[in-house]
Amino acid sequence: MDQAARTYPPGEHPDQKPPIGQSGLLHWLHTNLFSSPFNIFLTLLTGYLLYKIVPPAFNWLFVDSVFVADSRNHCRELGSGACWGFIGKRLGQFTYGFYPSEERWRVNLTFVLFIIALLPILWGKMPKRRDFLWVSLAFPLLAFWLLSGGLGLEPVSTDKWGGFMLTMVIGVTGIAVSLPIGILLALGRQSELHIIRWVCTGFIELMRGVPLITLLFVASTMLNYFLPPGSNFDLLLRVLIMVVLFSAAYLAEVVRGGLQAIPKGQTEAADAMGLKYWQSMRLIVLPQALKISIPGIVNTFIGLFKDSTLVVIIGLLDPLGIGRASLSDTKWQGLSTEVYVFIALFFFICCFSMSRYSIFLEKKLHTGHRED
Amino acid sequence: MSQNTDIQAPPSQSFSLGKIWTDKRTRGLVIQLIATLAICAAVLYLAGNVAENFQKLGKPFGFDFLWQESNYDINQTLIEYDSRSSHARAAMVGILNTLLVAICGIILASILGFFLGVLRLSPNWLVNKLAYCYIEFMRNVPVLVHILLVHGILVHSLPRPKQAINVSDSVFLTNRGFFAPSPVPEPLFWAVLAALVIGVIYAFWYRRQARIKQAATGEQSPVLWVMLGSIIGLPVLVFFLTGMPLSWDIPALKGFNFQGGMVLKPEFLSLWLALSLYTAAFIAEIVRAGIEAVNKGQTEASLALGLPRSKTLNLVVIPQALRVIIPPLNSQYLNITKNSSLAIAIGYMDIVATIGGITLNQTGREMECMLIVLGLYLLFSLIISSIMNWYNKRLALVER
Repeated sequence: MDQAARTYPPGEHPDQKPPIGQSGLLHWLHTNLFSSPFNIFLTLLTGYLLYKIVPPAFNWLFVDSVFVADSRNHCRELGSGACWGFIGKRLGQFTYGFYPSEERWRVNLTFVLFIIALLPILWGKMPKRRDFLWVSLAFPLLAFWLLSGGLGLEPVSTDKWGGFMLTMVIGVTGIAVSLPIGILLALGRQSELHIIRWVCTGFIELMRGVPLITLLFVASTMLNYFLPPGSNFDLLLRVLIMVVLFSAAYLAEVVRGGLQAIPKGQTEAADAMGLKYWQSMRLIVLPQALKISIPGIVNTFIGLFKDSTLVVIIGLLDPLGIGRASLSDTKWQGLSTEVYVFIALFFFICCFSMSRYSIFLEKKLHTGHRED
Repeated sequence: MSQNTDIQAPPSQSFSLGKIWTDKRTRGLVIQLIATLAICAAVLYLAGNVAENFQKLGKPFGFDFLWQESNYDINQTLIEYDSRSSHARAAMVGILNTLLVAICGIILASILGFFLGVLRLSPNWLVNKLAYCYIEFMRNVPVLVHILLVHGILVHSLPRPKQAINVSDSVFLTNRGFFAPSPVPEPLFWAVLAALVIGVIYAFWYRRQARIKQAATGEQSPVLWVMLGSIIGLPVLVFFLTGMPLSWDIPALKGFNFQGGMVLKPEFLSLWLALSLYTAAFIAEIVRAGIEAVNKGQTEASLALGLPRSKTLNLVVIPQALRVIIPPLNSQYLNITKNSSLAIAIGYMDIVATIGGITLNQTGREMECMLIVLGLYLLFSLIISSIMNWYNKRLALVER
């Protein structure tokens, strides 16, 4: 009662609770959902939409769905939702394609090695990072040996590769090889040497002007004409070359954006200090340019990873290819939604984590001594 | 003058082979010379291989096969076409189909994208987060998966024509496509079209005059209402005055499928929807970034000057945001056009599926067909970029 009337020495007054409606849940609800009549309307409309969409989708995905079944009809008897039993039955194929089942440990081992090789690259403060970087360096050779065989391992031809494993192979190889080529192309496009600049510009514009699918068709139908008669090489390799060239062109444009953002004074200062062209690029310009272009680079990587699904159109068995092949099985017909939702989920997890990592990296590298 | 030449003249030194590499200019020349030679050698080598391969297979090189009969049918054509038409005509059908889906996709994706971008900026938490979830889901899943998913849903979950979902006896949703009544103009309909043309011309003329007037006197005219009135009101008025010279061809079930009316095939629908929904997510992010890039001070200053919110948005924020939005929007439009080539996965007959697919397989002319397809896509890219560049130039900041 008389607490309000009591007097306190300066600085001794106990904190009072804020008035109701200016803090806590109620305040949050008011400012974020019900601040104006229009906002109230929007909130109610969205809430209604969510109510209409989310519970049925949730039921279809989890509640009414069937996780173990022998055929589509069996699924329908057990529940009215999604038939995940189908995916379960084919999980091996979705992961490994037609890789021989007794050799699948090699794919698993490669994946474990991939994680180990990736860690020191992504995690800057990892203990003993330098030692592990050697693993990263040796990984491409090791992975190639493990996956394709030879030297004591049973050889597995690339037409047996498939599923998520194929996606990872195309994605990881594409990312690792296209970045250096893209940087070189970007430098070439900025070069003072006319012919180099024209060639690089022409190449970049050509690659960016056509869809990847036409380039894959070129790889599968036309590339043989350009090779000496009688020679032929692996379809997967041809596809990889096209994917790498395609995303290198996009990366080149991203890196060029970064290069253009670097003030000319930087190069001039490097020249004045007597650095040679490659030294000034490697030590002064590129570290700054690449830092700015990280979001764009990661976006291109995500694009490349997603575009790896296009190989299904020229007959490689990536997850979509496996999905389409298994949908033609009469026992399981008509389950396309389940298959595509499952594949969508895989890509979402991969691509979403890549984009989150890029945001993290951007924040970490944002030393902010210039623009802020 | 003579002093100038003195300064610029290089110090004369005796020639030595090492100089070629240490002098920056000569080194540049040498590198370019080597590059040119290497490129010429590579081109010659590849051309030689191509010639040898063609000779070995006994194939001629030429585009005469385009005039042969195509011998295949196309399920959706905008121009007259049957299996006795030439391959060139099949290619034309493919080009038109690509353009159709690209243009429809660009329009729908822009509308959805701007809408989503604005939702993403909404202060309403629920709306904002819902738009965020939609955008993240769409962007992180390959467009091909979207296309196949939508196609699968349309084909598998919609009923057969016999059990079509019936909307007021005129629109039918089936797994063979969406059927809707098509308008059949009667003789007097030309008057309505003429009224539309006159209305559009008058509207733009009026806007021009209103601008000149405002620049001269500061008086504002009700531009929006006059424009709406002359573009929409005038044709509608003429339409009713001439006694509604338009009848509808309503689709009807005959045998196993609907006849008459307009039809949107499931292939076109799923490609169109999937491409638009996917690209809209990217456009939404571009729009959001563009609007956020406009300094908050601009809005505040405009409000302080007494402009109402709508005018602040129209005259201050959007013109500045568009400058940031247009260049990346351009590349999204190019992406829609290029991604429309995924049509082949669901059997929509675009360029890649006609000339790069069936024609290629029938005639075995890989080289010629692929060259045509690549050339056409380069042409499309060029056209879209030049339109967008022209628009961008119009919007660009005029600096003194």
